[in-house]
Amino acid sequence: MGLLSKKDSKLILDPLADNNPITIQVLGICSALAITAELKASIVMAVSVLFVLGIGNVVISLMRNIIPSKIRIIVQLIVVAALVIIVDLVLKAFAYELSKTLSVFVGLIITNCIIMGRFEAFALGNGPWRSFLDGIGNAAGYGLILIIVGFFRELLGSGTLLGFKVLGDPIEKSGLYAIGYENNGFMLLSPMALIVVGIIIWVQRSRNKALIEDH
Amino acid sequence: MSVNTDKNSYTMIFAITMVLVVGSLLAFTASSLSPNIDENKRLEKQQNILYAMGVNENDESSANFVSTADAPELFKKYIKKQLVIQDGEVTENDNAYLIDVKKEQTNAKAGVARKLPLFVGEKDGKVYYIAPIRGKGLWDAIWAYVAMDEDMIVQGAYFDHKGETPGLGANIKQRFFMDDFIGEHLLADGTFKGITVAKGNADPKNENKTDNEVDAIAGATITGDGVSAMIKSDLKLYVSYFKNLKNN
Repeated sequence: MGLLSKKDSKLILDPLADNNPITIQVLGICSALAITAELKASIVMAVSVLFVLGIGNVVISLMRNIIPSKIRIIVQLIVVAALVIIVDLVLKAFAYELSKTLSVFVGLIITNCIIMGRFEAFALGNGPWRSFLDGIGNAAGYGLILIIVGFFRELLGSGTLLGFKVLGDPIEKSGLYAIGYENNGFMLLSPMALIVVGIIIWVQRSRNKALIEDH
Repeated sequence: MSVNTDKNSYTMIFAITMVLVVGSLLAFTASSLSPNIDENKRLEKQQNILYAMGVNENDESSANFVSTADAPELFKKYIKKQLVIQDGEVTENDNAYLIDVKKEQTNAKAGVARKLPLFVGEKDGKVYYIAPIRGKGLWDAIWAYVAMDEDMIVQGAYFDHKGETPGLGANIKQRFFMDDFIGEHLLADGTFKGITVAKGNADPKNENKTDNEVDAIAGATITGDGVSAMIKSDLKLYVSYFKNLKNN
């Protein structure tokens, strides 16, 4: 990335793998379990968080010198809530269909611990540009895991991807189902999301031993 | 900057200013966008009603409404009459589709006679009676528009929800669920029985149309029960209208 200095590009690339908010920092697990039964929902959530975290980090960073430290958490909460509500209203007015898909996520975005975590840990102590990059990077790392989990859960649980029947039709017994394949309905339930996240954590740490904590 | 941000007075002033700024920003956005939002909701209702009576742009597997641009015109063309039933009295009202079912349900609990909207549509010589119903899913409200013929046999249905789980309860608005209702009988031997969203896989291909049952979605038990319940409680209210219709 010639556009960014080495330090800046680290802000974006680190959260994608070695400092991933879900698999390394174990943040944002709640929404990762809740909405990954479908690939489409995962993608929508990933994009929404990218947007909110990118802008939210910049806003908090611009305000960082005037926020009283006693009430900083509430200030962060107000910023993210206001941001999400405004986006929701604008979508309702100009992209109604999209807003209906998103409405489920509004609450989940506001309470996402990654967002508050990045405000608190990064934006309060860094300039707007670096905060923006950090926001984008962390949201992308979060979205990446969400999309991987959503991919496996929808494929193995419903036999579809983005709603398309990629493995054949379970009722007509066509495709894979003709030779006795069955959907694993358990994949659609939240515990399996945790197990999929666990497998990703396992694979990631066995490939890079430096990530394994000592204790 | 040399402001002491730890002082109590500064914290108070900051909090008050922040609340005022954010509050007015939100109020301003909400009120300036509300005409657009209301218009979108109005068009959506028309699209939903038309969808239930089979005026839609469905392809093989996904549910598609007629475009918002065409909706008002098609609504005029296909919906012949809009009725409001209150206390057994039937009146015509061209804005019946704007009746808020949620509000009517709350009023009914307080003892006010509920206004029941019913839309009479006609397509290819066939008459459809479309009723809006509303109930509770797992997380939030669910609602539907059910098109019936004069024997209360379902001719089409559109389900929607506010916040059911994606991949599970949210699938009530998928074709494979909604289309199962087509042809199902709401009456059994002349009395109202409703349609139950049944687990147990008794009829997964939905060939038996008179069993008052459709196949449930795995992992969406509470949403399915909510669907059964709202069909039972809300569509039941229309039974006397259909009885009168047959007698006249």
